[in-house]
Amino acid sequence: MSAVLNDETKKVLTTPLVNDNPITLQVLGICSALAVTSQMSTSLIMALALTMVTAFSSAAISAIRNHIPSSIRIIVQMTIIASLVIVVDQFLKAFAYEISKQLSVFVGLIITNCIVMGRAEGYAMKNPPLESFMDGIGNGLGYSLILIIVAFFRETLGSGKLLGFEVFKLAKDGGWYDPNGLMLLPPSAFFIIGLIIWGVRQWKPNQVEKVEFKIMPIAHGEGGHH
Amino acid sequence: MLEKKMSCKHLEGISAVLDKNEYYQKFKAYRDKVLALGNDSLEKTIAVAVSLCLVCAVLVSFAAVALKPLQINNKELDMKRNILDVAGLLEEDTDINTAFAEKIEAKIVDLETGDYVENIDANEYDQRKAAKDPAQSIAIPKDKDIAHIRVKAKYAKVFLVKEGSSIKSIILPVNGYGLWSTMYGFLSLDADGQTVQSINFYDQAETPGLGGEVVNPNWRALWKGKKVYADTETGEPALSLIKGVVDNTKPGSQYQVDGLAGATLTSTGVTNLVRYWMSSEGFASYLKKVREVKS
Repeated sequence: MSAVLNDETKKVLTTPLVNDNPITLQVLGICSALAVTSQMSTSLIMALALTMVTAFSSAAISAIRNHIPSSIRIIVQMTIIASLVIVVDQFLKAFAYEISKQLSVFVGLIITNCIVMGRAEGYAMKNPPLESFMDGIGNGLGYSLILIIVAFFRETLGSGKLLGFEVFKLAKDGGWYDPNGLMLLPPSAFFIIGLIIWGVRQWKPNQVEKVEFKIMPIAHGEGGHH
Repeated sequence: MLEKKMSCKHLEGISAVLDKNEYYQKFKAYRDKVLALGNDSLEKTIAVAVSLCLVCAVLVSFAAVALKPLQINNKELDMKRNILDVAGLLEEDTDINTAFAEKIEAKIVDLETGDYVENIDANEYDQRKAAKDPAQSIAIPKDKDIAHIRVKAKYAKVFLVKEGSSIKSIILPVNGYGLWSTMYGFLSLDADGQTVQSINFYDQAETPGLGGEVVNPNWRALWKGKKVYADTETGEPALSLIKGVVDNTKPGSQYQVDGLAGATLTSTGVTNLVRYWMSSEGFASYLKKVREVKS
């Protein structure tokens, strides 16, 4: 068991939570984070599905990494990822039908989720299976953490509920809370994720990217055609 | 632990048998040869691609086949839940299977004549499958295909809720094209074949938040008490979705339902599918017969 929790494993499990979070630092996997976070239940299932896919695909890719021909590298990774996503989708349809109906196309879209591909290409191709598996779990947890935070705000503020249980009594049911409809629409996730990224970078300023270029003041005569 | 040991023994047994097999030996030799090849050689590239596809295909098909019974069960349960819901019989603690078996009766209707078809087992009949089978379906002429569904099954599967021997509600399957998807649902009517009880869509992929609001309970509640036909004799459906909110004081408001805000095309789709299925192309002759039996 000591091998499971060596320093490398600990590192790959914990750094993706804040220091190298796939959503807030790498800004990957945004599309599904916008789409499925209007409810906590769908977010949890989506987070679980993505974590499973990332972990197992990383482990599988890492296991055969020394035999993957470089010319078909990406296709091999995609095939493994896509197969696992289909398996996960089939499992959801069998054991969590209601939620799979709500998640609809987004489970299938895990295939194109940049986090999965990014970990396969960036980590699993160079590291042994167990570490790659843990790295997949770690990044899945980092993704899950953000999804859960976003879903927490969206569901409570948008429908006064959490996991379907009433938190704020709605005005239309004789309570005091008038739900914020914007929170149920995808753009609200943009605002929340933006606020989280801002918060994290205030807390850890080393995550702020260096400016790649400077916006020059418009020189006289180049102001376009007004 | 015991299980693991047993399976290990099993595997040893299998590999002992395999070791004697000449083809397995050849396979092993080839495998070792490929593994030793340079990663970028053509042979290895093809061998890796083929074997990866085989492994993945087996994995995917195994999951699909092994989980199929559970998935079919889920789908059926969901369908039953929708039927109970549209009949107004769904409460939070309802056991769906028992409630369905007790209260709902499935019947097959010949759309053209409007008569019940007795020689088909209603519980086995799948109308959506039948619509795809050329032998059991009818192509809809273009000028009549207002719901944009192209084909319809010859026989429809309707559901009746009975109280004693009298019908309490008639649940009719409807489908039609919205903006993105063919919407499948049920429309339930009173025994007069004229007054709407409820409508529900169990399969649609309209824009969430806009056209997807066809499943919103608040909107669906607006349908209750609306009338399908202005004149039940002619069987010309009058019900439609309008832009904005229906003014209940105006004459004709009983044939109108609020359109979905921001979803004009989905609303038009709903109007068209209701009109199509309530016309003589759909259930008009059947509903006429139901009324005759009643009176």
